[in-house]
Parts: sequence; structure tokens; C-alpha cells
Amino acid sequence: MVPKIMKQGWLAPLLYLGPALLIMLVFVIYPTVNTVILSFMDRTGTQSAAVDCSSDAPCWGVFENYRYALTTPIMLTALRNNALWLLLMVPGTVAVGLLFALLADRVRYESLAKSIVFMPMAISFIGAGVIWRFMYYIQTGGGAQIGLLNAILVKLGSQPVAFLSDSRFNNFSLMVVGVWLWAGFCMTILSAALKGLPTEVLEAARVDGANEWNLFWSVMFPMVLPTVVVVTTTMVINVLKIFDIVFVMTGGNYGTEVIANRMFQLIVTDTGKSMAIAVLLIILTIPVMIFNVRRFRAEEAMR
Amino acid sequence: MNPLNRLNKLFSKLPLHLAIIIMCILWLVPTLGLFVTSFRTRQAVRETGWWTVFSKQTVAGQAEYNTYCASCHGTDGKKIANANLADPTIANQFTRSINLLLDLQKPINNGPHLVDPQLPTNATKAQAILSPILTYMRALSGHVETSGKLTLSNYLDALVGYKGTANYLSDCQQKVPGTLVVFNCTSADLLNQAGMGRAFLNTIAVAIPSTIIPIFFAALAAYAFAWLDFKGRQWLFALLVGLQIIPLQMVLVPIARLYVSVGLQSSFLGIWLFHTGFGLPYAIYLMRNFIGGLPREIFESVYLDGASHWTAFRTLALPLAMPAIASLGIFQFLWIWNDFLVAKIFLSTKPVLTVQITNLIDPLGGNWNILTGAAFLSFIIPMAVFFAFQKYFARGLLSGSVKG
Repeated sequence: MVPKIMKQGWLAPLLYLGPALLIMLVFVIYPTVNTVILSFMDRTGTQSAAVDCSSDAPCWGVFENYRYALTTPIMLTALRNNALWLLLMVPGTVAVGLLFALLADRVRYESLAKSIVFMPMAISFIGAGVIWRFMYYIQTGGGAQIGLLNAILVKLGSQPVAFLSDSRFNNFSLMVVGVWLWAGFCMTILSAALKGLPTEVLEAARVDGANEWNLFWSVMFPMVLPTVVVVTTTMVINVLKIFDIVFVMTGGNYGTEVIANRMFQLIVTDTGKSMAIAVLLIILTIPVMIFNVRRFRAEEAMR
Repeated sequence: MNPLNRLNKLFSKLPLHLAIIIMCILWLVPTLGLFVTSFRTRQAVRETGWWTVFSKQTVAGQAEYNTYCASCHGTDGKKIANANLADPTIANQFTRSINLLLDLQKPINNGPHLVDPQLPTNATKAQAILSPILTYMRALSGHVETSGKLTLSNYLDALVGYKGTANYLSDCQQKVPGTLVVFNCTSADLLNQAGMGRAFLNTIAVAIPSTIIPIFFAALAAYAFAWLDFKGRQWLFALLVGLQIIPLQMVLVPIARLYVSVGLQSSFLGIWLFHTGFGLPYAIYLMRNFIGGLPREIFESVYLDGASHWTAFRTLALPLAMPAIASLGIFQFLWIWNDFLVAKIFLSTKPVLTVQITNLIDPLGGNWNILTGAAFLSFIIPMAVFFAFQKYFARGLLSGSVKG
């Protein structure tokens, strides 16, 4: 470990660690504690949340903000939508990423193809939101459809669809944007894992007459499973905190509300409720985070 | 390999190539649409899809004109001498399609102007037909843009934050009063508060210090964790690393309140400090692993030569840690460049690119030409960084996705 020759007093560590410790105390530890406290206070953060109770409605006393976060219709919608994202968008993104990593591995223009799919990760979610608002745009009241998707629908003889405001489709429309953004990330990580597989094993299986389908499911997939798990949990965290896409595309209207957007919308008008939602968010993410960090350390140790 | 075999191989791989190419096209088309639209005129964007610039299409409005007008006025508009639609003075009478609609509703030769086919009775629907016809009449008179024409004016409009219905340059030339209220029509407009030019500078002012400061402090702390001996080293490191799991949403409000009480709201210093605090846990973790992994012998030898810790840090640890610093720096820089939430809350009066884009969004979709230009302006730097440093970026993403 540390060479003996470098023994020093307490002053040196303090000087080196001091700035970082001070900043993190002020910007991470203090606000986290304060947020938990504020989640039990009213909209101005000055008195107990219980003052918001009215006599003719259910009341959870000092936990009133949590009643809002867990039982009100808008929050139930948000929780349902986050669950939908988890169930559909996360597996979808990982599957698309894995499929593309597998396919691109077999052609000579691999790096170009991968760059194209990876590129959306470089731009902001707000920018991606603009790109897709334009894709989904619907022209009402006559005139040609200038959004690509509706132009295709009309060309095929169908009615144009309000992709972002029709509550039958809009959550899926938003998820497509998520897949478009993150598939490249999943692909890059999974592609690295696939390339790390020992070629002898794959060759041996091929010699034994395994077809590509069997080879994938019984040899490759089990071997990259740890990476698939890391990518999936990372996506789970991203999706639990999903905010920018929803904010810029629908503002959480028309039944597309998600937890983090509700938190943001209430930040100014009702601090207590907003902070209760933030606490709910951290409670949901912590188990996944701990799992993910551990997994990541284990991967790191194996390198 | 003989040619036949080669052909065979190509065919057996055809589905594979197709699948990859289709997927690449699906991924490119949305961005391509944005890019193309940012070079089209406002009117062209409203009338035809961006993909029409690739087809050798008929001039905008020609189809409508042929249906409603050509039978009497002729395909070139000149068939009726005293109603020559190719005459610019006629086209200029109708600045808006509603004017044309009113004119068409007046009887002509003791009968309705349009007999077969008739215009829809609904005024909005009728205008949707007349607006392209007007465009076509202007094209016939050879005096305005056809919808294929590309322009750079959207980028200028985005830079200055123009919100009118024509474009900044022509408004300035024609001294449009509404535009003169907002703009000076000098180069100072490039720094207009509502424009992307100012937002670009603000973003740079946020991103560069917010990248350098946390990395410097993290390097200091990482050096201490790796090469200084003190009590509680292990658990302190574990605690700091554990702070990575705190999501952004947990810390926003208390810090915003703190800033209001000390006067740091909407200041660059405030947002630098915030990004520093929030970037540190991951940065320390990564730097500690890297600096701690450097060979111990080289440190021992400089200490034996009588070097201080500060010298060892400056001349050994920092230069040797450059690969880690580069990777971390690229990741932190892009994260901050693309950040919306933190800038929206802590820098509300000095909008950065992402915030300015949301300010430019017209819910009715009237300014796609400017909005797409604005979005593309915000992509230039991250795209360049991305293509130059792709390999650093990929790894940073995996480890860094725990952040934020």
C-alpha cells in the first residue's frame, strides 16, 4: 500500500481532501438531508405538511406529501407510466442494442454503422425532443402533413395520428424516442463484451455443428449475461429518472406524466410535495443503484 | 476465391446487410429531417415535407393551381389577358390567402368565380388550398422563392433569437417596426438575450470551468486517497464513492434556497460549484483507481530524492493520470453541455443552449425552420467531441451512467 517513506502529519491529507470534502458536504450531503426534512413540510417549507390537510379528505398528517406522492391520480398515472417504460422500453432498448451489436460484428463497415446508431447519445435530450416532435408533428385543419410519420400514414391512405396527444399512442411515441437515444449505448457496451468472448469456444461450437441461432442462445448469451445485466440495470436507473424527453415533448400532459417531471413541475409551487416525490425517486433507485455499483466493481475487478 | 463463390457469399449475406442498412437509415432519418429543415424557408417548411427537397418535384402549389385555376387562366396564368396571373402586381395584391379567398367569393361575369371544382365552404380548408396557389402565382410571376430554395437565414434567425414571421435580415432591411423594437440590426444582436448566440457563449462559460474544477479537486483528493496515509482513509473513500447514488433531484431545492440566501442564484459561480459538487463523487472514484494504480516505485524514488507531496502530485501524478483525466473530462463536458435541468433551475436569467431551445418552441409549430436551426447549432460541439473521442466516450458512459 502506501510507502512508509511518505508518512506525513494530518495537515497534508486535510489540504488535499479539504476542498472536495467541503464541496460535497455543502452540495450533496446537506441538501440530501434537507430534502428529506422538506418532504415533511408544507408548500413553503416553513411548517409541518399536516397543515395542508382538509377535514373532508383523507389525511396522513405529517406524511401528507407522501399521501400525494402515492395515492393521487396524477401520481398514479406517473407511477404507471414509469412502470410501462421499465417493462417495455428497457427490454426493447437492450434487445435492439444486442441485436445490432451481433449483426454489425459480421460486416466490414462495422464502425461506421455503430457510429450512426451511437450518435444520438452525443446530443441533448432537448435536441432529440425537437427532432422527434418534428417527426411526430400533425398538421390539423388542412394542408400537407410535414411530419414524416404522418405523411407516410396519409400516403398509405390512413388518417393522420396525433402521436403526442392521443393517449392511446403517446406513451409509446415517447418510448420510441428513448429507444432511439439509448440503443447505441447498449450496443456499444454489449459489443465490447461480445468481442471479448474467447474465439476458440465459438469455433469449437461451430465445428460441432451448432447453427448461429443455437450458438447465440446456448454459448454467447450465457457468457455475456453479466454485461446484459449491467446494461439493463443502468437503463432501469435512467428510466426511473426519465425527465427531459417527457418535459420537452408533451410536458407530461395527455396522460404521459412521469415521476421526475411531476417533481420538476411542483418545485416552485409546492416544495413539500416535490421533495416527497424526490424521496420516492431515491427510494426506488437506491436498490438498483447499489446492485449496479456492485456489479460494476466486480466487472472492474475482473479486468 | 473464385468470382462465383464470392457472389454466392455476397448473396447469402444480403439479408444481413439489408438489416444493418435499414437500421442505420432509421437512426439517421430523424436527424436528417432536422438538418434539411434548418436550411429551408419558413414558407417551404409549412407547405411541404422536408423530404421533397430530394425529389424533382413540381413547384409548390402547382397541383392545386392546375385543379382550380388552369382551366380558365391557363397553365402559365396568361390565358386571360386582363387577369394575367403571371403579372406580379396581381400576385402582390394578395399578401395573405384570406385576401384571395374574399376576392374569389365575389361574383365574376354574373356568376360564382369558381364553378368546377368549388372551394370547400369551410374557410380554413379553403385557405389551405389557396395558400399554395398563392405561392404558385408568385412563382409564375417569377418574383419569389420556390419551395426548393435553400437558405442560411434560419441560422442567423436562431442566433439572434428572431421570433417574427419573415426573417431577421429582411425585417431589418425593410425596417419592420416590431423587429426594430427588439433588435438594433447591428452585430450586437448576435448577443441578444433570447438568441442562440448568447446561449452558446453561456454554455461555454458553464461547461469549461464545470469540467476543469471538479477534475482538479478530484485529482487532489484521489492523490490523498492513494498516496497519503491517514486514519479513516478507507471508510471516507467508501462514503464518498457511495454518494454517487444520490440522484440530482434530491439536491436541487435545498441548494437553490441556499443560493437565494447568499445571492448566488443565476450566477455562473453558483452553477460551477453545483456541477463540481455533483461531479466529484464519480470523479474521485475514477481518479483514485487510476492514480492508485500507478507504479509505487516511481513515487518512492521521488520521495527519496526529497520531493514534497506537492511536487509529486504536480510532476508525477497529474501528467501520468492524463488518460483518465481526458476520459473523465470528455464525459463531464458533454454531460454539462447537454444538461437542461440544472441550468434551468440555477441559471434561469442566463439561458444555456438547451434552455434557449425550449424557449424557442412554438406550440403551434409555426417556426420549425428556426427551431431546427437552433437545435442543430447546439449539436455542433458535442458531435465534434463525439466523433473525435468516441472510444473514451463509450467507457465513460458505462461507469458514468450511475451519475445524474
